[in-house]
Formats: sequence, C-alpha cells, structure tokens
Amino acid sequence: MATVVSVSDGGIIVGKPKWRPLENEGNLALLLLLPTVALLLMFIAYPFVRGILLAVTNSKVGVIGDFVGFENFARLLKDPIFHAVVYNTFLYTFVTTVFKLILGLWLALLLNRDFKFKAFTRAFILLPFIVPTVLACFAWKWMFDPTFSVINWMLFKLGIVAAGAGVNWLGDGDMAMLSIMIVNIWRGVPFFAISLMAGLQTISPDLGEAAAIDGAKPLQRFWYITWPLLMPVTMVVVLFSVIQTFSDFQIVYVMTGGGPANATHLFATYAYQLGIGTGLLSQGAAVSLAMFPLLFAIVIFQLMYIRRVETR
Amino acid sequence: MSNVTIRHVHKHYADFHAVKGISLEIKDKEFVVLVGPSGCGKTTTLRMVAGLETITEGDIMIGNKIVNELPPMDRDIAMVFQNYALYPHMTIYDNMAFGLKMRKFDKAEIAKRVNNAADILDIKEHLSRKPRMLSGGQRQRVALGRAIVRNPKVFLFDEPLSNLDAKLRVQMRVELKKLHQRLATTSIYVTHDQVEAMTLGDRVVVMKDGLIQQVGEPLELYNNPANKYVAGFIGSPAMNFAETVIEQVGNAVYATNPTMKIRVPEQIAARMGPHKGKPATLGIRPEDLHMATGADPEELSFDAVVEVAEQLGSEIILDLKAGGGAMVASVEPTVKVKPQQKIRLGINPRGLRFFDAATEAAI
Amino acid sequence: MIEGAIWRRWVFFRLPMAIFLIFLLFPFYWMIITTFRPDGELYIPWYRANYKPFWTWNPTTAHLKYLFGETTFAIWMWNTTFIAVVATAISLFCGVLAGYALSRLNFRGAALLGTTIFVTYLVPQTLLFIPLSEIIRAYSLGDTPWSLILSYPTFLIPFCTWLMMGYFKSVPKELEECARIDGATRWQAMLYIIIPVAVPGILSAMIFAFTLSWNEFIYALVFLSSPEQKTVPVGVISELVRGDVFFWGPLMAGALFGSIPVAIAYSFFVEQYVSGVTGSVKG
Ligand SMILES: Nc1ncnc2c1ncn2[C@@H]1O[C@H](COP(=O)(O)OP(=O)(O)O)[C@@H](O)[C@H]1O
Ligand SMILES: [Mg+2]
Repeated sequence: MATVVSVSDGGIIVGKPKWRPLENEGNLALLLLLPTVALLLMFIAYPFVRGILLAVTNSKVGVIGDFVGFENFARLLKDPIFHAVVYNTFLYTFVTTVFKLILGLWLALLLNRDFKFKAFTRAFILLPFIVPTVLACFAWKWMFDPTFSVINWMLFKLGIVAAGAGVNWLGDGDMAMLSIMIVNIWRGVPFFAISLMAGLQTISPDLGEAAAIDGAKPLQRFWYITWPLLMPVTMVVVLFSVIQTFSDFQIVYVMTGGGPANATHLFATYAYQLGIGTGLLSQGAAVSLAMFPLLFAIVIFQLMYIRRVETR
Repeated sequence: MSNVTIRHVHKHYADFHAVKGISLEIKDKEFVVLVGPSGCGKTTTLRMVAGLETITEGDIMIGNKIVNELPPMDRDIAMVFQNYALYPHMTIYDNMAFGLKMRKFDKAEIAKRVNNAADILDIKEHLSRKPRMLSGGQRQRVALGRAIVRNPKVFLFDEPLSNLDAKLRVQMRVELKKLHQRLATTSIYVTHDQVEAMTLGDRVVVMKDGLIQQVGEPLELYNNPANKYVAGFIGSPAMNFAETVIEQVGNAVYATNPTMKIRVPEQIAARMGPHKGKPATLGIRPEDLHMATGADPEELSFDAVVEVAEQLGSEIILDLKAGGGAMVASVEPTVKVKPQQKIRLGINPRGLRFFDAATEAAI
Repeated sequence: MIEGAIWRRWVFFRLPMAIFLIFLLFPFYWMIITTFRPDGELYIPWYRANYKPFWTWNPTTAHLKYLFGETTFAIWMWNTTFIAVVATAISLFCGVLAGYALSRLNFRGAALLGTTIFVTYLVPQTLLFIPLSEIIRAYSLGDTPWSLILSYPTFLIPFCTWLMMGYFKSVPKELEECARIDGATRWQAMLYIIIPVAVPGILSAMIFAFTLSWNEFIYALVFLSSPEQKTVPVGVISELVRGDVFFWGPLMAGALFGSIPVAIAYSFFVEQYVSGVTGSVKG
C-alpha cells in the first residue's frame, strides 16, 4: 500500500496514513457546509443585521439616514394603522389556523379510508397548495368580483341573497377579512390534510380495533386514541402554518392590497406599503422586524410544547 | 503474514468504557470467534480492528504493522455486516466489483474475480439483479462474495447469520466453515450465539463487560471453563450450579448443602486446600446427569423433583427442583417420569466443576 | 370502508368528500372556463338571467392570443423557469452536502448548526425583504435574474437541508462503512453510495424547491422592475392590471398557464412531493 512507513524496533512498522485531510470528519464537514453557511450568512444573517440597522435610522430610498434609536418603533406604537395591523394579523392567523386544522383533519380522516381513485384524489387535493398563490388569488378575486361574482350567483340561486343585494366580498372591511381568510384556508387545508394523513398512517389500526373491541364508540376512539397519537405531527404542522400565515403577504396583496381602509393590512403588507410603496425604508424595516419577537415567541412556545408532548 | 495482534486495547465512548483492555493474538489463517452477551463490546472490538472506531488506548497490528492510525481502506480487510449493507442501487455484480473498482483493478481481472466468487457462492444467476430482489440467504452470500473477491488479509464478520431463519443459519454456518477451509483467510467472527462460536471457531474468545473471560479451543472452553461465567455460557442447555460448602470428612472432601452431599473427585480435591470450610459453587452439565441406579454411590447422587419433562426424541430434558434451586438434566429418551415425581439423579464425576464463590474462578 | 347502510356511506363519506373537492378545485375550473370564454359572456352581472357560469358554447382563444401576443408572458415564463431551475440546482447542491454533513458526520458544533439551520428554515421571506432589497442594490444585482437566483436559496437551502437530513438518517450507516472498508474515501463513499441511495429524497427536495421558487412572489416583486425581467406572478399582476381595470380573460389565461409548469412537474413526482410534505413536518 502507498503508506509512508516508519520502522521502529523489533521489525514492527507503524502504519502512517497518507495525507488525506478529508478523511477527517471535521474537515469534510467544514467543506460540505461551506457553501450553505456562506450563502446563509450573506443573505440571511447580513440582511438581518442590516434590517436592525435600518430600523434604528431614518433612511429613505436613496437617502442614508441618521441614527434615531427606537424612534421608528415608538412611532409604530402610536400608529393606529399599526394597531390594526397587529389585531388583523393575530385574528387572521388564529381563525384560519383553527379552521385549517379542523377541516384538514376531517379531510385527512376521509382520505385515510380505502376508496376508488384514492391516489388520484390525493394528487388533486394538493393543487391549491402547489400552484402559485398569486395566480390562484386572481381566480378568487375574480370569483369575488362585486359585479360578476359567481359566488354571489350561487347564493342568489340558493335564495340566500336578493338580486340587487349581493355580498360585497372585498369592498366591506369585515367581509374582506372573511374573504382573505377563506382563501388562506383554501390554500392551507391540503397541506394540513396530507401531513395529518401521513401522521394517521403511522398509527396502527390495531389500536383502534382494540378500542372498538373494548366497546369504544367511533368518536371516543378518535378522542382517546387517534387525537393524542396524532398530537406531535399536529403540533409541527400547526407551527409551520402559523409562521406562514403570520407572515403572509401574497393573498392580501392581491385580494385587497390591505384595504378597504386598512381593514386587512398584515405586518408584511404594511411593511411593504411603507418601505417599498412610500419609500420609508426604515419604517418598513421596523414593521417587518416587529414581526420577529412575536414570531419568535410563538415558535419557542410551540417548540416547547412539542418537546413536552414528545417526551410524555 | 496476516496475523492480528490486539494489545491492551481500550475504548472509551464519551461517557462509557466499552472495551476495558483486551489483548489477543490471532494467528495467520486462524478463525477466531468473539462471543458474549449483547453489549459486551464485541462489535466495538471488531470495529476498532476495521478502523471504523478510533482506538482510545493500546495497539492493533495486522501482520507486523501497527494500524491504529490507518483508515479502513488502507488496512486490507473485508467486513460482513449483520444487515449485509449491500448497496441497494447497484446490481449484485457491481456490489461485488465496487471494492475492486475503488482499488483500480482492470476490468478483466474484476470480471474474473467476481465470476469466480459467484461460482463459489452459487449466486451466478443473480449477478445482474438488485439486492432487493434477493432472499435473505442470497443477500448473505452476496455480502460474503463482496468480501472474498478482494482477497483481503483479514475477514471480519459481525453477527452475519443473525438475520437468517434457524434452518438457513445452520446451513450457512456449514458453508462458512467450508469457505474458510478453502480460502484459509484469517477471520474474526463476532456472535452472541455460543453454538455458532463452538462450531465455527478454531479458537473462541468469551467476552463480558468489555473484558476477555477466556480464550481457547471450543472443547477446552467446554471442558475446562476458566470461571463460572464461561461455564454457564458455553454449552446448551447451560451448566447447572448449586451453592455448596466444602468440607473435609475423613480422607474425603465433600461439597454440601441442605439437599446435597457430593464427594469431590480426587484431582480436584487436591486443589481444595485453601477452600475448605468455605463456600464454593458446584457446577454440573445436564448431560453429566442421569437417572440414578443401584450402581450409583450415595455420594455422587442427589434428590430432585421433576417440574417439566421435554421429550426431544434423542433425549429428554428434565426441568427440576434440586440442590436448592432449579436444575436441568438431559436423560435417556426411554426414561418415564411425571411432573412432581421425586427422582434421584446420578452424577458423572468427571463432569463435576467447582468455582470459588467469591471470585467465580474455577478451582 | 364504512360499515353499515348505504346512506351512512353517503352522509359520512361521499358528501363531505364531494364538498371538499368542489371547494378545493372550483377555482381551477373557474380559471379554465374564464380563459376560453368570450368577453361578451364574461361581463354579465350575476343577477342577470343570462348569466350562465358553468359552460360556454362559444369558446375563444382571444385571451390566449392577447396573453402571448400583446404581453411578454412567454418571456416571463422563461425567466421564471430559468430562475427556478438555477436556484433549485444551487439549493440542492448546498442542501444535500449540508444535510449529509449534519446527519452523518461527527464534528463539534453539529447540533448547534443543525438548530441554526432549522431556525433559518422558519424565518419568513417577508421578514427580510426590505434590507435584502438594499443589499441586492448594493451588490448591483437589482433587476437581474441573479437577484432572485441568489436570494431564493436562503429559504430553499434550509428546507432542502432539513429534508435531506431526515432522509440520510434513514440510510443505514453500515453502507458507507462498508464502502470505506471496500477502499473508498469518505468523500467517495458519499458520492458513490449514499447520495445515489438518497435519490428519492433528493427528488422530493428538488420538486419542492422548484415549486417554491416558481411560486415565490415578494422578492420578485421588490427586486425586479423592468417588464422583460419579471417572473410570471409579478408580470401578470403588473401588466394585466391597469389601475383598477382587470383584464380577466388574459389574467385567468395567465394564471392557468403560469400554474401549468408546476402542475406538470408535480404530476410527475406526486409521490415525492407528498413524501416531501410529510418529511418536512417530520424532520
Ligand atoms: N457510539 C457509541 N456511543 C456510546 N456508547 C456506545 C456506542 N457504541 C456502542 N456503545 C456501547 O458500548 C457497549 C458495547 O457495544 P457493542 O460493542 O456494540 O456490544 P456487542 O457486544 O453487543 O456488539 C454497549 O453497551 C453500547 O451501548
Ligand atoms: Mg454487536
């Protein structure tokens, strides 16, 4: 072998390895991680620091600002639109997550049965989740159009609304919030359903059958067996969904642009409007950074909860 | 020369001392089996020889070269894993050829060696298949084939048969033995199954808790176990033990407890000097017990109560209450006994063993 | 299956399933039908008697002609494809290597780095788009595809890494140990054995990364400005909406054709995609 050899006493030779630095696990790991770490430092860590720096200055587009401390944040605390943004975002996140969980779980339970065209159905069900959200939102916007709404036509045919008095889906503040919630739920249910179905499949049917033999009714079986066993997966799915929804941008941007009268502004859309629309970079950066501690708290809380559930 | 020398080798994991200083000399062409209960450090030892684990302390030599620092690729060894570790994306041919390709053999030589190994192992018709299309036994052969094509200095086996069903296991055991007779490559074989160890090994190394208990040829371990642990581990059904006290009565030495009074044979009695008046463990193998007849002297027999009798055809295994505990006897298939029946068992005196009650070392 | 009477099957299974399917798929039907419906039929108020929503007897390709003739839709498609493919390739490259290192090599700081990457996986794009736009401008990448090709990996790499870590962990470690005994270096064992074995995992990471970059919106909206640089989602919104005038026919045609590439990619790899969804939540 091509090893360098050193002879010591007694005819014993000590094998010396060739110089192969990548046989060392640490070195190899360093090399393999280098591109990732470099990209993440340049495009996540650095922007994050820049974001904080922006938020404590009064920069505008093309104008390097001066240090102003927490003035931007102080201004947000007094800004009624920002108050609405915080309220909207929490409401939007909470309501949609609850519905996505309930509907997603229901759909997962339906999909978990054996039926014809199951693979086919499952493939189609994911469509809302995979197509570009912006483009799908246009379809919804068109369906919600005040004059040409097919949904209003359906309600009209069902006798729920009268000819001249359709639902003003996107024009009225509360209805607009409802509309964007519907679209968010529409996009999120498939993700919940498919993930929860995967979770359901890891639960042995024997358990349910054993419980059935013990005399448990279907609802009891679900509540005492399926639901607790599904909890870890559920928590992770909810975690992902909450982060996505809390930081949502596309649905509101397309459907309402934050209106009417700021009734549907979320953190991201308000940050965009301030930072990019109006050019007040610092204030925009402050709004999106304000998302961070809240998101962070939610994530920590959920991760702790997940750990507790898993170690139980 | 491809002897393997292990000198005072230790392995510390972060918080666990897995191998506690073992030394072993494995001769060229020898087939050595490491056997012991799960967790005793067999695999760790083997992996240190392979270069898959670092050696915390001590030296390992292959031939006359200390290989401590060498990566696995430079040690010229082959290893067969418990789960076979066949490369699932490659055909059987490519699986066997991989090691040769890595070592830059030319195509013709690779083909020759692979075909030759496939012939030996009778897997020729599977060469173009993927591992997942093969049965467990066939995969096992491929794993062997992959090891032998390279013609390495040393074969390492880590419980290679434990994923096979009982019948195949016996069959593969025989084939392994034949293969070794044919290739005569130095082999280290790890198993927790003492039958495998006894049938395969030129020498057997019994390990426990990271330490070697005894090294020897199979019969030597069976006949002269160095301590109570080895005595109980080797042989099936396992050796019976009874706690006794050694007493001198006249010229004779006896091992006694409330239900037994057994005379210690002369050769052992000669070594009993320092143990007199002290507790010692009496050991007797099930096959050294028989139904007592008038010919059996009082001092080489004892009473027992039958709990269960298992008729195996060639023998009957009796589970008994005797000697202050449970015992097992292997008796003639013609014996007729019922549960709860009181019987008297005779001892073959050459089968008697005694162990120091404190150190468990053989007396 | 549902035991018992037929009506139970209807009430507990078929009916809810049908309602779910209609809810989830109707917007797509609406996209398709609008694409081929002449303007004269589109713009009829919903309360009129002649509002016939579900079918048309006068299909037209006028909207498609407008989309491909009057706008640079084809260029947007090309831009989106190019960006998605390159960003996916970069992210897979980085993610597979990093996932391998984090799941199969022992080195100091492995756990810390793994956690850090998981945390960046949770950082939403909308948190960083403003400072990132500054940085893109500082690097002179503004209004070029490279602004997106380099910034998309920030959310794709953590995802790919996470997915691949899960996949690599399921490959027995004996495989590469055996390869190393067979004479391979660690690098060769990774390249010839573990990565080929992980191809299904790589495929699901790939298809996921591709759809994520195809669908990305806010970076594209902020970093790109000239019409011929835009991606489909941004192009459609800026060129087919004039003030508050919506060209619904071409818009729906754009939505339809902008969805088709992901739908096709997806249909080839449904299984991988589904295992990606489930893998991403299992971790
Ligand atoms: N990587 C490791 N880290 C910590 N402890 C280990 C590791 N590998 C093995 N051990 C411990 O070392 C002991 C010996 O293991 P092993 O050699 O695999 O036993 P066996 O004799 O069953 O093959 C076991 O108790 C095991 O738990
Ligand atoms: Mg082992």
